[in-house]
Amino acid sequence: MKRLAGFYILAAVLIATGLIFPDSYYVTVVGVTICTNAVLAVSLNLLMGYAGQISLGHAAFFGLGAYASAVLTTKYGTNPWLAMLAGVGISGTLAFVLARPILKLKGHYLAMATLGMGIIIHIFFVQADWITGGPDGLSGIPEISIAGLAINNDIRWYWVFGGLMLFTTWISLNIVDSRPGRALAAVHGSEVAAQMTGVDTASVKAQIFVVSAVIASVAGSLFAHQQAFVSPESFSFFFSIELVTMVVLGGLASTFGAIFGAVLLSILPEFLLVFEDFEVLIYGAILMIIMIFLPEGLFVSGSRIVTGWLKKRELSTQ
Amino acid sequence: MSLLSVSGLEKKFGGVTAIAGLDFKVDPEIIFAIIGPNGAGKTTLFNLLTSIYTPTAGTVTFDGHDLTRLKPFQIAKLGITRTFQNLQIFLNMTVLQNVMVGCHLRSRCGIFEAAFRLPSVLKEEKRVREMAMEALEFCGMQDIANRDASSLPYGVLKKLEVARALAAKPRMLLMDEPAAGLNDTETVSMSKLIRDITSSGVTVLLVEHNMGLVMDVSDRVLVLNYGELLSEGTPQEIQCDPRVIAAYLGE
Repeated sequence: MKRLAGFYILAAVLIATGLIFPDSYYVTVVGVTICTNAVLAVSLNLLMGYAGQISLGHAAFFGLGAYASAVLTTKYGTNPWLAMLAGVGISGTLAFVLARPILKLKGHYLAMATLGMGIIIHIFFVQADWITGGPDGLSGIPEISIAGLAINNDIRWYWVFGGLMLFTTWISLNIVDSRPGRALAAVHGSEVAAQMTGVDTASVKAQIFVVSAVIASVAGSLFAHQQAFVSPESFSFFFSIELVTMVVLGGLASTFGAIFGAVLLSILPEFLLVFEDFEVLIYGAILMIIMIFLPEGLFVSGSRIVTGWLKKRELSTQ
Repeated sequence: MSLLSVSGLEKKFGGVTAIAGLDFKVDPEIIFAIIGPNGAGKTTLFNLLTSIYTPTAGTVTFDGHDLTRLKPFQIAKLGITRTFQNLQIFLNMTVLQNVMVGCHLRSRCGIFEAAFRLPSVLKEEKRVREMAMEALEFCGMQDIANRDASSLPYGVLKKLEVARALAAKPRMLLMDEPAAGLNDTETVSMSKLIRDITSSGVTVLLVEHNMGLVMDVSDRVLVLNYGELLSEGTPQEIQCDPRVIAAYLGE
């Protein structure tokens, strides 16, 4: 059970925090933000960290899920779960159609193409006001209920997003340690060698693009219900960049690194509030310092330092 | 009946002709070496055989299948794998994981089953691990299975590429300069490995500059010069061929 040890620790921390501090603003409200960001970072990390395919448009799929739920439930009175499924269908189909032409590109060109995709979808949210409500967004999104229990307060939302985060983490850990996961890592390591060992690289890249889009879309649908309101600014290019930063900051190709990055970038602004106007400056400086001194990411470098230190101690006591 | 047959194969890069109308056949279960001065087109030929390049003209037939329209992964499916002149190791993995990728074609678990880790996945993972260990043992690398590939020296990585290529259970293995950069001991062990591979029923196509190794292990040798076939025959015939001597030493 060593493979899932980190997962159990994460689950324990999540559950304990929710049980001990059910009324704390930091646990419930910030906790929901952390979990949402963690879900998105983990799904992006599957594509970026493991398969080595950068995406600067991940927020778009988050947005598609959110808008699918918002539009269908407010305008057509669709069942929230069906609306979520529709969001998954839209995001998944779009990702599938775009995957082959886009993921043929490499490096800067891939970054440009995904950036373009994200911006076009964002423009659609802003401009298609007859569906999306334009810049003002859509409000009055109904609450959801799970097994008859209305999700209508902060702590319940904490459990929902916490559950989604654990589920995503579990899926990510499973994929990484499997045949498709190795094929992805092979594409990252050497695409030509992957092909020569029989990996259909175009197809595995497309598959993981669809998986990460679908996960983001589900998170988006829940986000729409939790906020009861959606507007284009939640899904802008800047949020895509923030997600990339979370993945890189925590450490590429590490599921827990992505979670760590999401936690840090979600909490940091809360702590920096005391610096008022200098908040953004300090935020930027912290990111720069981490990337200069720990280029492999906080979590990956950090765990390497700790294991190295433990080994040294073991040797000196022998 | 020959396993691989190449006819009228040609590859032009703009105005440069890298391979000019090449014809040859390779019989099964032999070691077939391709030699030639630098720039003769040996690696280009390998890239054509594995569809990394598309030929300008001509055909490549492997066991009755036309390879020229296939993608590299489809060629691997037909039973051809290769190693690379400049190493293409997955440095982000352990030794065992590298070879487990080599088992890709011998397993079938899809992303959906993997995501939910269905019972079938666990069973297959165990089987893949065993197959990979078998390939590592064949190359004498079982003891370093759990080392990170990035921590290993060049000579070991050369062997790891062979193990990974063999894990697919190919019918033909293309080896691009397996002895380049190896010291004498490593070269001896590599020639033994090449012989073992053929004895296990795999046809080996070999591009190599180390003439000692080529003349020692090969059954047939083909000499390329400026993308054209200069000579073909047994190692003895090649060594005595005046055209070959002229091409290598100058007239």
